[in-house]
Amino acid sequence: MIKDEITIQQNKVKSMQDYLAPAVREMKPSGIRKFFDLVSNSKEDIISLGVGEPDFSTPWHVREAAVHSLERGRTKYTPNSGIPELREAIADYLHTSFKVKYEPSNEVLVTVGGSEAIDLALRALITPGDEILIPEPCYISYSPITSISGGVAVGIETFAKDQFKLTEKALRDAITPRSKILILCYPSNPTGGIMTYEDWLPIAKVIEENDLIVISDEIYAELTYGQKHVSFAAIPGMKDRTILVSGFSKAFAMTGWRMGYACGHQELISAMTKIHQYTVMCAPVMGQVAAHEALTNGLEEKDRMIESYNQRRRLIVKGFRDIGLECHEPQGAFYAFPSIVATGLTSEEFAQRLLFESKVAAVPGDVFGLGGEGFLRCSYAYSVSQLNEALERIGNFMRKL
Amino acid sequence: MDALKLNILELLKEDARRSADLIATMLGTAEAEVARAISEMEADKVIVKYATVVNWSKVDDEKVTALIEVQITPERGHGFDAIAERIYLYPEVKSVYLMSGAYDLLVEIEGSSLKQVASFVSNKLSPIDRVLSTKTNFILKKYKQDGIIFEDQEDDHRMLVSP
Repeated sequence: MIKDEITIQQNKVKSMQDYLAPAVREMKPSGIRKFFDLVSNSKEDIISLGVGEPDFSTPWHVREAAVHSLERGRTKYTPNSGIPELREAIADYLHTSFKVKYEPSNEVLVTVGGSEAIDLALRALITPGDEILIPEPCYISYSPITSISGGVAVGIETFAKDQFKLTEKALRDAITPRSKILILCYPSNPTGGIMTYEDWLPIAKVIEENDLIVISDEIYAELTYGQKHVSFAAIPGMKDRTILVSGFSKAFAMTGWRMGYACGHQELISAMTKIHQYTVMCAPVMGQVAAHEALTNGLEEKDRMIESYNQRRRLIVKGFRDIGLECHEPQGAFYAFPSIVATGLTSEEFAQRLLFESKVAAVPGDVFGLGGEGFLRCSYAYSVSQLNEALERIGNFMRKL
Repeated sequence: MDALKLNILELLKEDARRSADLIATMLGTAEAEVARAISEMEADKVIVKYATVVNWSKVDDEKVTALIEVQITPERGHGFDAIAERIYLYPEVKSVYLMSGAYDLLVEIEGSSLKQVASFVSNKLSPIDRVLSTKTNFILKKYKQDGIIFEDQEDDHRMLVSP
């Protein structure tokens, strides 16, 4: 009897890892997480260029709208797809801003952040073994959530000499008979690259020829400087092949609200809604109320914030070039992606030494996948004085190398 | 006024110490163009002065500020302007506005003590011909001035690194 108990106990301890799903067990912690741990463990006065979120607070009228709705007791479940007035506002906004028209009743799904929308799209579409094409460097989540859904992530390297645009040739070279989905993220985190209408046309041709579906993460759509964002869904023939994903986090300074949405062909949205209703039921109602307020009354404030990012973008790019770091001009999002190749250090070495020797945190480019090595992601969602201080410290660091 | 000048004013209003070089970089224009625009606005008195917003409550040498509602009889031929001038020439007076509503002038007085401000009102302001009445309101605490919130509620709560 005693012997049996000991055996059971030993088995329990030994086998905990074996309970985990293989895709999760084999998943590596994100490079950003690793760097975050390094930064957090340092007790020094660090100036950070490391965050991927606006430095503005959510505009007060948006916060107040949510508070007011709570006071009125609006605390119940909403329809799975989201409150109708928000879906209508999203459809109107996309039509007005990006010339792409969706039917609010069945082509728009309100999600818990853009991240949930991408996860839903992948889970709705992937048959295990499907290949998912991902231009890199890119947002860190695409590859892991592809694996969780049973897909095989296939990176497509993009280059600074092309302003990190996806090219027709690179896309063609990556396609195999198992390719099913292309995940796009333009304007790009981490490079700040964008795609123009002319850039999209040959890509759209390849998509059609190879019968691919596109998940287009357009969370930074509003944050472009000089050229207006062109949604992939607005390219002729592409709307029904595209799931447009976006949200309120970046342009409306609402990261913590976790409000996003997906728009696309009604059959795709319907499939995604099924998963959504069994997992989260609906997005939080107070967030939906705030998002509706942001879309209906917050456009001026959004434009003001974008103009401020633009001013700081010019400042940081000039700052890097003055220091002697080559830096392509980001046309979107709020990241500069300077090259540190000339220093002879790897991205990780550079970022770690910059952190420990000069107390500036920036994210090493290699964590964003192929093509990221040799670069540093620096957010410019910081005040002018913080940016100047960071640039001065980086300049001093470079002189000591 | 052209867009460049308006943008420059916005940036200087946020921080008057910004150099022409920095402003030019932020606006994507030439430094000489910014410097010329600033000079023109200074000459035209569009930019009147480069001032500092001070939170005096954090300084030992605390100041007392009062907003005084003043009712006056306007003067033939000069309206309210001549009396406003007599008032704003006093150095204790920080600002004077002609108002619509229940009173005519709103006068901001700054002094080192309540007594000093009260003395100014009773000895200087009230005896002026055509001043019919005054109502003195002392500022107890400043929460926001010139668009700047004095409390530290806008701290950066973001993580040092995030996706």
